[in-house]
Amino acid sequence: MAAHVVVAGAGMAGLRAAERLRAEGWDGAVTVVGAEPHPPYNRPPLSKEVLAGRADAGATALRRRGSVEDVCWELGRRVVAASLADRALTLDDGRRLAYDGLVVATGLRPRRLAVPGPAAGRHVLRTLDDALALRAELAPGRRVVVVGAGFVGCEVAATARGHGCRVTVVEPLPVPMERAIGPELGEALRRRHEERGVRFLTGRAVTAFAPGAVVLDDGRTVPADVVVEAIGSVPNVEWLDGNGLDLSDGVLCDDRMRVEGRPEVVAVGDVARFPNPRYDDVPRRVEHWCVPADTARRAAATLAAHLAGRPLDDAPFAPLPSFWSDQYDLRLQSFGMPALGDRRVPLEGDAHALTGGVAMAYHRDDRPVGVVLIGVPASRHRHYRELVTAS
Amino acid sequence: MKVTVDLDKCQDHGQCAIAAPEVFRINDEGRLEFDDAPAEELRDAVEEAADVCPVQAILIED
Repeated sequence: MAAHVVVAGAGMAGLRAAERLRAEGWDGAVTVVGAEPHPPYNRPPLSKEVLAGRADAGATALRRRGSVEDVCWELGRRVVAASLADRALTLDDGRRLAYDGLVVATGLRPRRLAVPGPAAGRHVLRTLDDALALRAELAPGRRVVVVGAGFVGCEVAATARGHGCRVTVVEPLPVPMERAIGPELGEALRRRHEERGVRFLTGRAVTAFAPGAVVLDDGRTVPADVVVEAIGSVPNVEWLDGNGLDLSDGVLCDDRMRVEGRPEVVAVGDVARFPNPRYDDVPRRVEHWCVPADTARRAAATLAAHLAGRPLDDAPFAPLPSFWSDQYDLRLQSFGMPALGDRRVPLEGDAHALTGGVAMAYHRDDRPVGVVLIGVPASRHRHYRELVTAS
Repeated sequence: MKVTVDLDKCQDHGQCAIAAPEVFRINDEGRLEFDDAPAEELRDAVEEAADVCPVQAILIED
Protein backbone atom coordinates (compact mmCIF):
# COMPACT_ATOMS: atom_id res chain seq x y z
CA MET A 1 0.00 0.00 0.00
CA ALA A 2 1.18 3.51 -0.81
CA ALA A 3 2.53 5.65 2.02
CA HIS A 4 -0.24 7.22 4.04
CA VAL A 5 -0.54 9.92 6.68
CA VAL A 6 -3.60 9.93 8.92
CA VAL A 7 -4.64 13.12 10.70
CA ALA A 8 -6.87 12.25 13.65
CA GLY A 9 -9.02 15.34 14.13
CA ALA A 10 -10.60 17.73 11.61
CA GLY A 11 -10.53 21.01 13.49
CA MET A 12 -8.31 23.91 12.58
CA ALA A 13 -5.20 22.03 13.76
CA GLY A 14 -5.99 18.99 11.61
CA LEU A 15 -6.64 21.12 8.54
CA ARG A 16 -3.50 23.18 8.99
CA ALA A 17 -1.45 20.00 9.53
CA ALA A 18 -2.71 18.56 6.24
CA GLU A 19 -1.94 21.83 4.43
CA ARG A 20 1.52 22.08 5.94
CA LEU A 21 2.33 18.46 5.04
CA ARG A 22 1.65 19.38 1.42
CA ALA A 23 3.70 22.56 1.78
CA GLU A 24 6.58 20.46 3.16
CA GLY A 25 6.50 18.28 0.06
CA TRP A 26 4.54 15.27 1.32
CA ASP A 27 2.70 14.09 -1.79
CA GLY A 28 1.46 10.75 -0.46
CA ALA A 29 -2.08 10.01 0.65
CA VAL A 30 -3.58 11.98 3.53
CA THR A 31 -6.75 11.01 5.39
CA VAL A 32 -8.31 13.36 7.93
CA VAL A 33 -10.71 11.75 10.39
CA GLY A 34 -13.11 14.13 12.16
CA ALA A 35 -15.70 13.30 14.82
CA GLU A 36 -17.99 16.15 13.81
CA PRO A 37 -19.98 16.04 10.56
CA HIS A 38 -18.75 19.53 9.58
CA PRO A 39 -15.68 20.37 7.53
CA PRO A 40 -13.08 22.35 9.52
CA TYR A 41 -14.48 25.57 10.95
CA ASN A 42 -13.37 28.50 13.06
CA ARG A 43 -14.39 28.21 16.71
CA PRO A 44 -14.01 31.76 18.12
CA PRO A 45 -17.14 33.09 16.35
CA LEU A 46 -19.25 30.41 18.04
CA SER A 47 -19.51 32.31 21.35
CA LYS A 48 -19.73 35.65 19.54
CA GLU A 49 -21.28 36.11 16.08
CA VAL A 50 -22.88 32.67 15.76
CA LEU A 51 -24.42 32.71 19.24
CA ALA A 52 -25.54 36.30 18.67
CA GLY A 53 -27.26 35.26 15.43
CA ARG A 54 -25.16 37.65 13.34
CA ALA A 55 -23.45 34.83 11.42
CA ASP A 56 -24.82 31.57 10.11
CA ALA A 57 -23.06 28.25 10.42
CA GLY A 58 -21.55 28.39 6.94
CA ALA A 59 -19.75 31.64 7.69
CA THR A 60 -17.44 29.85 10.12
CA ALA A 61 -15.92 27.48 7.52
CA LEU A 62 -12.15 27.75 7.37
CA ARG A 63 -10.51 28.60 4.09
CA ARG A 64 -8.83 25.46 2.71
CA ARG A 65 -5.76 25.68 0.56
CA GLY A 66 -6.00 24.09 -2.87
CA SER A 67 -3.19 21.72 -1.91
CA VAL A 68 -5.56 19.64 0.25
CA GLU A 69 -8.20 19.05 -2.42
CA ASP A 70 -7.07 15.43 -2.78
CA VAL A 71 -7.21 14.75 0.96
CA CYS A 72 -9.69 12.08 2.03
CA TRP A 73 -12.07 13.50 4.64
CA GLU A 74 -13.68 10.96 6.95
CA LEU A 75 -16.13 13.25 8.73
CA GLY A 76 -18.59 12.11 11.37
CA ARG A 77 -16.07 9.36 12.20
CA ARG A 78 -14.15 8.96 15.40
CA VAL A 79 -10.87 7.19 16.06
CA VAL A 80 -11.60 4.91 19.02
CA ALA A 81 -8.30 3.07 19.44
CA ALA A 82 -4.70 3.15 18.30
CA SER A 83 -1.92 0.61 18.20
CA LEU A 84 1.15 2.73 17.65
CA ALA A 85 3.38 -0.38 17.54
CA ASP A 86 1.33 -1.70 14.59
CA ARG A 87 0.82 1.77 13.09
CA ALA A 88 -2.91 1.23 12.94
CA LEU A 89 -6.04 2.99 14.14
CA THR A 90 -9.54 1.66 14.73
CA LEU A 91 -12.51 3.82 13.71
CA ASP A 92 -15.92 3.84 15.37
CA ASP A 93 -17.40 1.86 12.49
CA GLY A 94 -14.92 -0.93 13.18
CA ARG A 95 -12.64 -0.19 10.23
CA ARG A 96 -8.89 -0.45 10.64
CA LEU A 97 -6.81 2.37 9.22
CA ALA A 98 -3.08 1.78 8.73
CA TYR A 99 -0.66 4.70 8.61
CA ASP A 100 2.97 5.52 7.99
CA GLY A 101 2.65 8.86 9.74
CA LEU A 102 0.08 9.97 12.32
CA VAL A 103 -0.95 13.48 13.37
CA VAL A 104 -2.78 13.65 16.70
CA ALA A 105 -5.24 16.54 16.38
CA THR A 106 -8.24 15.38 18.39
CA GLY A 107 -8.51 18.55 20.44
CA LEU A 108 -10.65 19.02 23.50
CA ARG A 109 -14.16 18.50 24.75
CA PRO A 110 -15.92 20.57 27.42
CA ARG A 111 -15.42 19.58 31.02
CA ARG A 112 -18.77 18.83 32.65
CA LEU A 113 -19.83 19.57 36.20
CA ALA A 114 -19.77 16.39 38.24
CA VAL A 115 -22.81 17.26 40.35
CA PRO A 116 -26.18 15.49 40.69
CA GLY A 117 -29.40 16.59 39.08
CA PRO A 118 -31.35 16.53 35.80
CA ALA A 119 -29.52 17.06 32.50
CA ALA A 120 -32.34 19.04 30.86
CA GLY A 121 -31.48 22.62 29.98
CA ARG A 122 -27.74 22.13 30.41
CA HIS A 123 -25.49 23.32 27.61
CA VAL A 124 -21.82 23.53 26.74
CA LEU A 125 -20.12 25.51 24.00
CA ARG A 126 -17.38 23.86 22.01
CA THR A 127 -18.83 22.80 18.67
CA LEU A 128 -20.93 24.45 15.99
CA ASP A 129 -23.85 22.21 16.96
CA ASP A 130 -23.42 23.28 20.60
CA ALA A 131 -23.63 26.93 19.56
CA LEU A 132 -26.73 26.43 17.42
CA ALA A 133 -28.46 24.46 20.20
CA LEU A 134 -27.68 27.16 22.77
CA ARG A 135 -28.68 29.98 20.43
CA ALA A 136 -32.12 28.43 20.05
CA GLU A 137 -32.58 28.73 23.83
CA LEU A 138 -31.62 32.41 24.17
CA ALA A 139 -34.61 34.76 24.13
CA PRO A 140 -35.62 37.93 25.99
CA GLY A 141 -36.37 37.37 29.65
CA ARG A 142 -35.00 33.85 29.83
CA ARG A 143 -32.90 33.16 32.90
CA VAL A 144 -29.42 32.01 31.94
CA VAL A 145 -26.89 30.77 34.48
CA VAL A 146 -23.33 30.58 33.16
CA VAL A 147 -21.09 28.39 35.28
CA GLY A 148 -17.49 29.56 34.91
CA ALA A 149 -16.21 33.11 34.36
CA GLY A 150 -13.39 32.34 31.97
CA PHE A 151 -13.35 33.80 28.48
CA VAL A 152 -15.97 31.46 27.04
CA GLY A 153 -18.28 32.01 30.01
CA CYS A 154 -17.91 35.79 29.86
CA GLU A 155 -18.42 35.91 26.09
CA VAL A 156 -21.54 33.76 26.43
CA ALA A 157 -22.78 36.07 29.20
CA ALA A 158 -22.27 39.15 27.03
CA THR A 159 -23.94 37.53 24.02
CA ALA A 160 -26.87 36.28 26.12
CA ARG A 161 -27.39 39.83 27.42
CA GLY A 162 -27.52 40.92 23.80
CA HIS A 163 -30.44 38.51 23.36
CA GLY A 164 -32.17 40.14 26.34
CA CYS A 165 -31.66 37.20 28.69
CA ARG A 166 -31.31 37.63 32.46
CA VAL A 167 -27.78 36.41 33.07
CA THR A 168 -26.03 35.19 36.21
CA VAL A 169 -22.41 34.01 36.19
CA VAL A 170 -21.27 31.63 38.95
CA GLU A 171 -17.51 31.39 39.49
CA PRO A 172 -15.51 29.77 42.33
CA LEU A 173 -12.65 32.27 42.02
CA PRO A 174 -13.07 35.85 43.29
CA VAL A 175 -12.51 37.60 39.93
CA PRO A 176 -13.59 36.66 36.38
CA MET A 177 -10.80 35.69 33.94
CA GLU A 178 -8.30 36.22 36.77
CA ARG A 179 -6.04 33.31 35.90
CA ALA A 180 -5.61 34.56 32.35
CA ILE A 181 -5.31 38.33 32.78
CA GLY A 182 -4.94 39.07 36.50
CA PRO A 183 -7.23 40.82 38.99
CA GLU A 184 -7.10 44.42 37.70
CA LEU A 185 -8.37 43.79 34.18
CA GLY A 186 -10.61 40.96 35.40
CA GLU A 187 -12.31 43.35 37.86
CA ALA A 188 -12.61 46.06 35.22
CA LEU A 189 -14.30 43.65 32.80
CA ARG A 190 -16.55 42.44 35.59
CA ARG A 191 -17.74 46.02 36.14
CA ARG A 192 -18.40 46.38 32.43
CA HIS A 193 -20.53 43.23 32.54
CA GLU A 194 -22.37 44.45 35.62
CA GLU A 195 -23.12 47.80 33.95
CA ARG A 196 -24.70 45.76 31.16
CA GLY A 197 -26.85 43.88 33.65
CA VAL A 198 -24.94 40.65 34.27
CA ARG A 199 -24.95 39.42 37.86
CA PHE A 200 -21.80 37.71 39.19
CA LEU A 201 -21.80 35.25 42.06
CA THR A 202 -18.06 34.82 42.61
CA GLY A 203 -16.44 32.65 45.25
CA ARG A 204 -19.35 30.27 44.75
CA ALA A 205 -19.60 26.79 43.29
CA VAL A 206 -22.53 24.81 41.92
CA THR A 207 -23.26 21.74 44.04
CA ALA A 208 -26.36 20.40 42.28
CA PHE A 209 -28.86 20.93 39.49
CA ALA A 210 -32.54 21.04 40.33
CA PRO A 211 -35.45 21.28 37.88
CA GLY A 212 -35.26 24.88 36.59
CA ALA A 213 -32.49 25.93 38.97
CA VAL A 214 -28.91 25.46 40.12
CA VAL A 215 -27.98 24.96 43.76
CA LEU A 216 -24.90 26.75 45.13
CA ASP A 217 -22.50 25.78 47.90
CA ASP A 218 -24.01 28.38 50.23
CA GLY A 219 -27.37 26.63 49.90
CA ARG A 220 -28.84 29.29 47.64
CA THR A 221 -30.99 28.23 44.69
CA VAL A 222 -30.64 30.30 41.50
CA PRO A 223 -33.49 29.95 38.96
CA ALA A 224 -32.26 28.89 35.53
CA ASP A 225 -34.13 28.21 32.31
CA VAL A 226 -30.77 27.61 30.63
CA VAL A 227 -27.47 26.53 32.21
CA VAL A 228 -24.18 26.89 30.34
CA GLU A 229 -21.25 24.93 31.74
CA ALA A 230 -18.09 26.84 30.78
CA ILE A 231 -15.59 25.32 33.19
CA GLY A 232 -12.81 24.43 30.81
CA SER A 233 -11.93 21.50 28.61
CA VAL A 234 -10.65 17.95 28.67
CA PRO A 235 -8.18 16.62 26.06
CA ASN A 236 -9.50 13.90 23.75
CA VAL A 237 -6.75 11.34 24.28
CA GLU A 238 -8.52 8.18 25.46
CA TRP A 239 -8.12 6.60 22.02
CA LEU A 240 -4.34 6.66 22.60
CA ASP A 241 -4.55 4.63 25.83
CA GLY A 242 -2.43 1.50 26.05
CA ASN A 243 0.52 2.84 24.04
CA GLY A 244 2.74 3.88 26.92
CA LEU A 245 2.37 7.61 26.21
CA ASP A 246 2.24 10.37 28.81
CA LEU A 247 -1.41 11.42 28.50
CA SER A 248 -1.64 13.14 31.89
CA ASP A 249 -2.69 16.46 30.30
CA GLY A 250 -3.03 16.07 26.55
CA VAL A 251 -0.25 14.34 24.63
CA LEU A 252 3.30 15.05 25.78
CA CYS A 253 5.51 16.12 22.87
CA ASP A 254 9.07 17.24 22.38
CA ASP A 255 9.93 20.57 20.77
CA ARG A 256 9.46 19.02 17.33
CA MET A 257 5.91 18.03 18.30
CA ARG A 258 6.82 14.30 18.29
CA VAL A 259 5.32 12.04 20.91
CA GLU A 260 7.83 10.14 22.99
CA GLY A 261 9.51 7.21 21.26
CA ARG A 262 7.46 7.47 18.04
CA PRO A 263 9.21 9.50 15.34
CA GLU A 264 6.26 8.95 12.99
CA VAL A 265 3.67 10.35 15.42
CA VAL A 266 3.26 14.09 16.00
CA ALA A 267 0.61 16.11 17.83
CA VAL A 268 -0.86 19.54 17.05
CA GLY A 269 -3.26 22.08 18.48
CA ASP A 270 -5.04 22.17 21.84
CA VAL A 271 -4.30 18.52 22.62
CA ALA A 272 -0.51 18.85 22.36
CA ARG A 273 1.60 19.54 25.46
CA PHE A 274 4.90 20.97 24.30
CA PRO A 275 7.78 23.08 25.65
CA ASN A 276 8.26 26.65 24.47
CA PRO A 277 11.83 27.92 24.94
CA ARG A 278 10.51 31.47 24.74
CA TYR A 279 9.52 30.90 28.39
CA ASP A 280 11.12 27.78 29.89
CA ASP A 281 11.34 24.01 29.35
CA VAL A 282 7.98 23.15 30.93
CA PRO A 283 5.67 21.40 28.44
CA ARG A 284 2.23 23.03 28.42
CA ARG A 285 -0.99 22.79 26.50
CA VAL A 286 -1.91 26.21 25.14
CA GLU A 287 -5.55 26.78 24.20
CA HIS A 288 -4.88 29.91 22.19
CA TRP A 289 -6.14 30.53 18.69
CA CYS A 290 -2.74 30.75 16.98
CA VAL A 291 -1.47 27.44 18.39
CA PRO A 292 -3.09 25.09 15.85
CA ALA A 293 -1.39 26.83 12.93
CA ASP A 294 1.99 27.21 14.67
CA THR A 295 2.15 23.64 15.93
CA ALA A 296 0.89 22.29 12.60
CA ARG A 297 3.75 24.04 10.83
CA ARG A 298 6.32 22.53 13.18
CA ALA A 299 4.74 19.07 13.32
CA ALA A 300 4.33 18.81 9.56
CA ALA A 301 7.95 19.80 9.00
CA THR A 302 9.01 17.11 11.47
CA LEU A 303 6.81 14.39 10.01
CA ALA A 304 7.47 15.18 6.35
CA ALA A 305 11.23 15.17 6.99
CA HIS A 306 11.02 11.87 8.87
CA LEU A 307 8.96 10.17 6.15
CA ALA A 308 11.29 11.43 3.43
CA GLY A 309 14.43 10.49 5.36
CA ARG A 310 15.55 14.12 5.48
CA PRO A 311 17.32 15.70 8.47
CA LEU A 312 15.10 17.59 10.86
CA ASP A 313 15.00 21.37 11.12
CA ASP A 314 17.44 22.49 13.82
CA ALA A 315 15.77 25.84 14.47
CA PRO A 316 14.18 26.15 17.91
CA PHE A 317 10.39 26.20 18.08
CA ALA A 318 9.27 29.23 20.08
CA PRO A 319 5.81 30.30 18.90
CA LEU A 320 4.22 33.46 20.28
CA PRO A 321 0.80 32.60 21.70
CA SER A 322 -2.00 35.08 21.04
CA PHE A 323 -5.74 35.21 21.42
CA TRP A 324 -8.53 37.74 21.50
CA SER A 325 -11.92 38.14 23.11
CA ASP A 326 -14.91 40.31 22.24
CA GLN A 327 -17.25 41.27 25.06
CA TYR A 328 -19.86 43.95 24.25
CA ASP A 329 -18.01 46.71 22.43
CA LEU A 330 -14.64 45.78 23.96
CA ARG A 331 -11.91 43.96 22.05
CA LEU A 332 -9.28 42.28 24.20
CA GLN A 333 -6.06 41.15 22.50
CA SER A 334 -3.36 39.12 24.23
CA PHE A 335 0.19 38.39 23.07
CA GLY A 336 2.52 36.01 24.89
CA MET A 337 1.62 34.16 28.08
CA PRO A 338 0.22 36.68 30.60
CA ALA A 339 -0.72 33.79 32.90
CA LEU A 340 2.99 33.11 33.49
CA GLY A 341 3.57 36.60 34.87
CA ASP A 342 4.09 37.22 38.58
CA ARG A 343 3.85 41.02 38.36
CA ARG A 344 1.65 43.33 36.34
CA VAL A 345 2.91 46.60 34.89
CA PRO A 346 0.36 49.10 33.51
CA LEU A 347 1.62 50.52 30.21
CA GLU A 348 -1.20 52.70 28.98
CA GLY A 349 -4.67 53.91 29.88
CA ASP A 350 -6.89 53.62 32.93
CA ALA A 351 -7.19 49.94 33.78
CA HIS A 352 -9.86 50.72 36.34
CA ALA A 353 -12.25 52.59 34.07
CA LEU A 354 -11.37 50.84 30.80
CA THR A 355 -11.92 54.10 28.97
CA GLY A 356 -9.77 54.62 25.89
CA GLY A 357 -7.15 51.99 25.26
CA VAL A 358 -5.62 49.98 28.09
CA ALA A 359 -2.36 48.04 27.91
CA MET A 360 -0.98 45.84 30.69
CA ALA A 361 2.32 43.96 30.68
CA TYR A 362 2.87 40.76 32.64
CA HIS A 363 6.39 40.24 33.92
CA ARG A 364 8.14 37.15 35.17
CA ASP A 365 11.58 37.64 36.66
CA ASP A 366 11.42 41.26 35.48
CA ARG A 367 10.98 40.20 31.87
CA PRO A 368 7.71 40.85 29.99
CA VAL A 369 6.17 37.45 29.11
CA GLY A 370 2.78 38.74 28.03
CA VAL A 371 0.77 41.83 27.21
CA VAL A 372 -3.00 42.33 27.23
CA LEU A 373 -4.62 45.16 25.27
CA ILE A 374 -8.23 46.26 25.72
CA GLY A 375 -9.68 48.73 23.25
CA VAL A 376 -6.29 49.48 21.71
CA PRO A 377 -6.52 50.03 17.92
CA ALA A 378 -4.87 47.30 15.85
CA SER A 379 -2.50 49.87 14.38
CA ARG A 380 -0.70 49.81 17.74
CA HIS A 381 -0.75 46.04 18.29
CA ARG A 382 2.56 45.49 16.53
CA HIS A 383 4.28 47.85 18.96
CA TYR A 384 3.03 45.92 21.98
CA ARG A 385 3.61 42.56 20.35
CA GLU A 386 7.25 43.51 19.85
CA LEU A 387 7.49 44.23 23.54
CA VAL A 388 7.02 40.54 24.30
CA THR A 389 8.92 39.18 21.31
CA ALA A 390 12.03 41.30 21.80
CA SER A 391 12.78 40.02 25.29
CA MET B 1 -2.49 37.04 -7.52
CA LYS B 2 -5.71 38.85 -6.64
CA VAL B 3 -6.55 39.53 -3.01
CA THR B 4 -10.00 40.43 -1.78
CA VAL B 5 -11.14 41.11 1.76
CA ASP B 6 -14.74 40.63 2.82
CA LEU B 7 -15.14 44.00 4.53
CA ASP B 8 -18.45 42.90 6.07
CA LYS B 9 -16.48 40.25 7.93
CA CYS B 10 -13.28 42.20 8.60
CA GLN B 11 -13.05 43.49 12.16
CA ASP B 12 -9.65 45.19 11.85
CA HIS B 13 -7.88 42.62 14.03
CA GLY B 14 -4.66 43.43 12.17
CA GLN B 15 -3.18 39.92 12.23
CA CYS B 16 -2.74 40.11 8.44
CA ALA B 17 -0.63 43.25 8.85
CA ILE B 18 1.70 41.31 11.12
CA ALA B 19 1.88 38.29 8.78
CA ALA B 20 2.26 40.22 5.51
CA PRO B 21 3.13 43.87 6.21
CA GLU B 22 4.06 44.39 2.53
CA VAL B 23 0.43 43.80 1.56
CA PHE B 24 -1.76 44.66 4.54
CA ARG B 25 -1.57 47.58 6.92
CA ILE B 26 -3.73 49.10 9.61
CA ASN B 27 -3.89 52.85 9.11
CA ASP B 28 -3.82 55.50 11.81
CA GLU B 29 -7.62 55.32 12.06
CA GLY B 30 -7.29 51.63 12.89
CA ARG B 31 -8.77 50.49 9.56
CA LEU B 32 -7.42 47.95 7.11
CA GLU B 33 -5.70 49.01 3.89
CA PHE B 34 -4.31 46.46 1.46
CA ASP B 35 -2.76 45.89 -1.95
CA ASP B 36 -5.29 43.87 -3.97
CA ALA B 37 -2.75 42.72 -6.57
CA PRO B 38 0.49 41.89 -4.77
CA ALA B 39 3.53 40.45 -6.51
CA GLU B 40 3.66 36.68 -6.88
CA GLU B 41 6.74 36.38 -4.64
CA LEU B 42 4.56 37.53 -1.74
CA ARG B 43 2.22 34.54 -2.12
CA ASP B 44 3.47 32.68 0.95
CA ALA B 45 3.07 35.76 3.12
CA VAL B 46 -0.43 36.43 1.76
CA GLU B 47 -1.47 32.79 2.31
CA GLU B 48 -0.16 33.12 5.85
CA ALA B 49 -2.14 36.32 6.35
CA ALA B 50 -5.30 34.60 5.10
CA ASP B 51 -4.69 31.69 7.49
CA VAL B 52 -4.20 33.90 10.54
CA CYS B 53 -7.19 36.15 9.86
CA PRO B 54 -9.34 35.58 12.95
CA VAL B 55 -12.55 36.04 10.97
CA GLN B 56 -11.29 34.37 7.76
CA ALA B 57 -12.14 37.43 5.69
CA ILE B 58 -9.23 37.23 3.19
CA LEU B 59 -9.70 35.53 -0.16
CA ILE B 60 -6.93 34.78 -2.65
CA GLU B 61 -7.82 34.18 -6.28
CA ASP B 62 -5.51 32.42 -8.77
